[in-house]
Amino acid sequence: MKTERISTDILIIGGGTAGCYAALILAENSDARVLICEKANIKRSGCLAAGVNALNAYITDGHTPQDYVDYARKDAEDIVRGDLLLTMSERLNSVTARLEKLGLVILKDENGKYVTRGNRNLKINGENIKPILSDAVNSLPNVTVMNRVNITDFSVENHRINGAFGFGIDSGVFYTIEAKAVIVATGGAAGLYKPNNPGFSRHKMWYPPFNTGAGYAMGIRAGAEMTTFEMRFIALRCKDTIAPTGTLAQGVHAKQINSLGENYEGEYGITISQRVYGTVTENVEGRGPCYLKTEGITPEQDEALLKAYLNMAPSQTIKWIESGKLPSSQNVEIEGTEPYIVGGHTASGYWVDSKRETTIHGLFAAGDVAGGCPQKYVTGALAEGEIAALAAAEYIKNNASGSISELEEKSRLAEAEGFLSQKNEQFTYEQLEEAMQTVMDSYAGGIKTNYRFNEKQLDLADEKIVRIQQLSDKLHADDPHELMFIYELRERLTVCRSLIAHLKARHETRWHSFAENLDYPDRNDKDFHCYVNSVMENGEIKIILRELVKEGQSYEHSH
Amino acid sequence: MSIAIDAEKCIGCGRCSEVCPGSLIKLESKRAYIKYPKDCWGCTSCIKECPVHAVKFYLGADIGGMGSLVHTEKEGNILNWIIEAPDGKVTKISINQKESNKY
Repeated sequence: MKTERISTDILIIGGGTAGCYAALILAENSDARVLICEKANIKRSGCLAAGVNALNAYITDGHTPQDYVDYARKDAEDIVRGDLLLTMSERLNSVTARLEKLGLVILKDENGKYVTRGNRNLKINGENIKPILSDAVNSLPNVTVMNRVNITDFSVENHRINGAFGFGIDSGVFYTIEAKAVIVATGGAAGLYKPNNPGFSRHKMWYPPFNTGAGYAMGIRAGAEMTTFEMRFIALRCKDTIAPTGTLAQGVHAKQINSLGENYEGEYGITISQRVYGTVTENVEGRGPCYLKTEGITPEQDEALLKAYLNMAPSQTIKWIESGKLPSSQNVEIEGTEPYIVGGHTASGYWVDSKRETTIHGLFAAGDVAGGCPQKYVTGALAEGEIAALAAAEYIKNNASGSISELEEKSRLAEAEGFLSQKNEQFTYEQLEEAMQTVMDSYAGGIKTNYRFNEKQLDLADEKIVRIQQLSDKLHADDPHELMFIYELRERLTVCRSLIAHLKARHETRWHSFAENLDYPDRNDKDFHCYVNSVMENGEIKIILRELVKEGQSYEHSH
Repeated sequence: MSIAIDAEKCIGCGRCSEVCPGSLIKLESKRAYIKYPKDCWGCTSCIKECPVHAVKFYLGADIGGMGSLVHTEKEGNILNWIIEAPDGKVTKISINQKESNKY
C-alpha cells in the first residue's frame, strides 16, 4: 500500500448528520483546519440517505427542554444522563432553525408557525436533508472532505488522542492522520444480529447497514469507557420493508392490533420497548400476526402516506403500489427488527462529559456513537455535533498536535497489508459475518429467541464470538474495498463482545425485549438503578457500575 | 433489495457510484454495475442521481417484491416517482419538494 501522512487541527471521523454539522459549527467558530474522513460520500452517507419525514426532537410551544429530558428518562426507565439530555434539548430548536435556513422545508401554518405532530415532532420534507447538509459543508473553505476513506484505528498515547489511521477504499492509500483533536461521529452498529430477511434482502434493515460500529470498536480497543451497551434498540417496523411505523401511528393515529382485531397497546404500555414486547408476546401466545390498523382511513390519507414514505422509506410505498392494496384497504403488518446498538435511540455509547469529551483526552463523540443521551434523532445529533465542535475548538487552543510514531504507523500498515497478502482458501468475511450473526441470534437474544437470553447462553455467545475473532485474523482481502469489509466485520465482533459483557452484567430485566434476561426477569432497583459501564484492559472487558448522575447535576471526568 | 442498471442506457458518468452510501456500485468499461447487490440498503440515492434513468430499484422477492421497477424524474421542484409493473402498468407519484409531508 502507498502511504501518506496528513496533519490537521480537528479530524472528524464520519460525515453523517453529527459529523457534517460539527464541521459547520467549527467553520463558524474557529480558524481550525478541519478534515472529515467519510468511508462513503457525505452527500448521502449515514442515517439520512433516503431522507426522513419528521423532526422527532423539538421543543414545541408550552414545553421546555426539561420536559424532553423527563420524557427520555421515563422511556429509558431512568438509565440516562440528565445533564447530556438537557444540554442537547436546549439546542434542539436553534439547530432546527439553522436547518430551515440551509433549505430544509418545514411545515408552517398560516401564521408562519411550525405545525407540530404530537408533543415533540415537526413535519418536514426531508428527502434531501443530507444533500442540504453536505452542500453546506462542501462550501466551507477551511473544511476538507475525504470521501471513500475508511478510518480503522485511533492513535492514543497516555489516554490522549494523537490522530487516526485509515485507508482509501478505492485507492488503497494508507493514511496516517495527526490531529490536535478528533470528533468521532461514526454512528451506531447494525448487522451484529441476523436480520429479519437474511437472504437477498439482508440489508433491508432499519438502521444503515453501513454503520458497523467502527467508532465504538476503535474506542473500546483504545481503552475508552463505554456505557449502557445492554440497552439494545429494537425497532417496531412495517413487515418486510422494515419501514418506520411512527408515521402511521402519529400521522393517521393507527393503533396496534392483533389478528383478532384487539388493540393490545394498553396491556403492555407505550414505551418503545413495551411496544416491541407487546407485539412479540401477542405472536408467542398465538394472536399474531400484529398490525397497525389503517383500514378505513380516507383516500386523501392514503395519498399523503404514499408520499410521506417516498420521502423516507420508499420500499413501503412501492409495496403498497405493487400489492394493489393501499393502507385504507389493508392493515399494515408489523414486526420487531433485529437488535441494534445505537446511542441516538437508546443510551449505548461512549461515556462522555457534558462537553461530549470521552475518557480519552481530545477525543469527542457526537450522535449515535455517544452514550447516555437517547432519543436524539436528527436534531439531537446536530445538537451534539455542535457541542462537541465547540468543545474541540476550545481544546485545541491549549493542546498542540499529537505526533504518531513511525513504529506505530508501521505496525498498523503491516496489519492492513497482512490481509491483502495472506491467502485463505476456506473462509471469507461474508462467511464469518454470517457465523457472527447466527451466534448472536441464537445465544444473545436475537429474533430467533424472541430477544430473550440467559447467562449460560451469553457465555456460549462470548466463547463463539472469540473463536470467530480468531478466524478473522486469517482473512484475505482481494482489494481495498474487501479490506474494509474485513475491518467492518472485526469492528462488529469487538462490539459484540462488549455487548455480551454488558448484557451479562445487568442482573435484571429493566427493559422488555431490549434486555430480557430470563435468569433475572424482574427489575431490580436495589442493585441496578445505575449505569453499567465498561473498559477494555489487556483484551478483557472490565465492568464498572456507576451511580446515576442526579437530577440537576452534571458529570465531569476526573482525569 | 437491489437495483438494476440498464447497460445500454448507462452513459458511464459515475454519479450513482459516487453517491451510494455503501460504495456498492462500480464502473467497468465505462458502464456502472452493482458489485454487491445483496448489500443494497434500498435508499434510492442512486436512482435520483442518474441523468438518463438507467438505474432502477426493485424489491427482492424475499420481502414480497413482484417485479416492478422504480425510477425518478425531476422537473424543477417536482420529484416524480415512476413505478413500472411487469404487466406494463405505470404509476406516477409526484412530490413537490418545496411542500412538507402532511404526516
